[in-house]
Amino acid sequence: MEFSGTKEYISTSDLTVAVNASIALEKPLLVKGEPGTGKTELAKQIATSLDLEIIEWSIKSTTKAQQGLYEYDAVSRLRDSQLGNTVKKVEKYIKKGKLWTSFETKNKSVLLIDEIDKADIEFPNDLLQELDKMEFHVYETGQLVKAKNRPIVIITSNNEKELPEAFLRRCFFHYIQFPELETLKKIVKVHFPEIKKSLLNSALQTFFEIRETPGLKKKPSTSEALDWIKLLLIEDLDPSDLKSNNKDLLPKLHGALIKNEQDIQLFEQLAFMSRNAR
Amino acid sequence: MFLDFFLKLKDSKIPVSLNEFLTFLQALKFNFTQFDVNKFYYLARASLVKDEKLIDKFDIIFGEYFNSIERIDIDDVIKFLNIPQDWLKKLSSKNFSNEEIEKIKSLGSFEKLIETLKKRLLEQKKRHQGGNKWIGTSGTSPFGAYGYNPEGIRIGQHESRYRKAIKVWDKRIFKDFDETNELDNRGFQVALKRLRIWARTGIEDELDIESTIRETAKNGYLDIKTRKERENSIKILLFLDVGGSMDDYIELTERLFSAAQNVFKNLKYFYFHNCLYEGVWKNNKRRWEERFLTSDIFRTFGKEYKCIFVGDAQMSPYEILSPGGGNEHFNDEPGSVWLERAVEQWPSNLWINPTPKNEWEFSHSTSLIKEIFMNRMVPLTIQGIEEGTKILSKK
Repeated sequence: MEFSGTKEYISTSDLTVAVNASIALEKPLLVKGEPGTGKTELAKQIATSLDLEIIEWSIKSTTKAQQGLYEYDAVSRLRDSQLGNTVKKVEKYIKKGKLWTSFETKNKSVLLIDEIDKADIEFPNDLLQELDKMEFHVYETGQLVKAKNRPIVIITSNNEKELPEAFLRRCFFHYIQFPELETLKKIVKVHFPEIKKSLLNSALQTFFEIRETPGLKKKPSTSEALDWIKLLLIEDLDPSDLKSNNKDLLPKLHGALIKNEQDIQLFEQLAFMSRNAR
Repeated sequence: MFLDFFLKLKDSKIPVSLNEFLTFLQALKFNFTQFDVNKFYYLARASLVKDEKLIDKFDIIFGEYFNSIERIDIDDVIKFLNIPQDWLKKLSSKNFSNEEIEKIKSLGSFEKLIETLKKRLLEQKKRHQGGNKWIGTSGTSPFGAYGYNPEGIRIGQHESRYRKAIKVWDKRIFKDFDETNELDNRGFQVALKRLRIWARTGIEDELDIESTIRETAKNGYLDIKTRKERENSIKILLFLDVGGSMDDYIELTERLFSAAQNVFKNLKYFYFHNCLYEGVWKNNKRRWEERFLTSDIFRTFGKEYKCIFVGDAQMSPYEILSPGGGNEHFNDEPGSVWLERAVEQWPSNLWINPTPKNEWEFSHSTSLIKEIFMNRMVPLTIQGIEEGTKILSKK
């Protein structure tokens, strides 16, 4: 079982090695990187290319590790008992979580734990054993849940919180860097095969110029570039339309690229300065 | 296998555990590195480094370690070539395209190829006298072009890697203040301890004896109460001047820095040269590659930080007053503007000056900076630090 990118996803060779190592050794792969560089997409593409089911577990600030295993609905059991229903079967009140589901799929599956850094700081620690041994106990029934097929676990993080050492030690790690011009060209071509070369070149040139403007709060990344180029194609713009004129430094349809008031102000200031310099 | 490499990583304070290393070795058994040194590097990186901030450190050690292979004596190489021919042959089928195999055949057999190579190596030894130069040359020899030996490829690549490392190294004109330096800095530590603001943070895991007794007496059963641990919540932002006239005070500054590291959990530090301009850096070895924009730092660290500059404040007044006055690069805005911004951003600020106090008045630049800092300048002595902590503790 080997991953090597898909038609829609360009995988650099360092990423490929990391993914394959984690698949072969059945250890989780932790993926970090700037927002919008395709961390979440990676898991989906692994699933597509290996033809596996994907189970997504999106983490929020309130998510508890236990919820990934199972949830015991004590309230409905209590209510049922009040109504005189039989409540002997505890299993009826246990709801499987994402991790449990991924343990029980017929074939191997891909489990995506998305944005693990959103959760409480102790969250990764609570999942150590479960991810390591791929088994856990259901205390209410005394049942031992063990993975039939160890899922391929992809964990993404945006670096909002530092992850605990013990957790990191059990993972493979990959940092997705922002792609270079050539790689980005390939990525765009994969998504928009019909794009004209001249438009592609001038669009990406403008894009990198914007990205390299010092002081930007949120640098536009791959996903923004793709959105923007999509808009350019829909509007059917000419490469010459992209050349920033003196009035404003921002290209047309920049709303797709810059999503922050302060950043837009920054460009306005820069435009103002360049006009005065004239 | 690669045990030295592991120990080297350990030495350099990259937190690798034995488990991770075993994982790495295990992963090597699966053949997806395919004897490609790049893939080998990627695999090592993915399994041993878990923090992008450490990747650079890792790169350097990786380069250094595999550079040492370069220094293998030429006789060893020949010996090496004698022993595992079978192994090499096995590899060759994996690594050569059919075309290349044809080429090898045109030179005769594989054995002959090795024979020729041995001769070539010996010749080169004579010509270059140095044993480790041959790699560079053999890169342009047909053997290098054939990429006949994975070991050879590795050597070639790591030489260039090492050369790159030397470049970085060469730029390192400024000595780095090491965080791990443990000189006798107790005096400073004690002085800095004044700067503590206690706050209870984190999880409640400390036994609160008083309220446990109170609640137990009240309720009639053992009622254990816990509370959060007390921690020093003060936040310090340290700017250190390096290079030039500061060289005389390196030891003193190191002691202060090391003490501050010990006392404050929330200590952020940056380096600058002579005067604050638009960029600062965190690592003196990489000061040209990794710059932080001063404006970003203004944005990141709020007013709650106490800001301390350490520098001798001795420079040409132009370096403070005029645009383009910086002695290393062209600055668009004068240093004084940046210093004033810092003073405005962090109302609780201080300049620590390692030069003796009685010399200050003779230096124009020192008076200028003292003015910008509204007289909040203290000498780098224990008394000076004590005085400084009083200034910083004022609300």
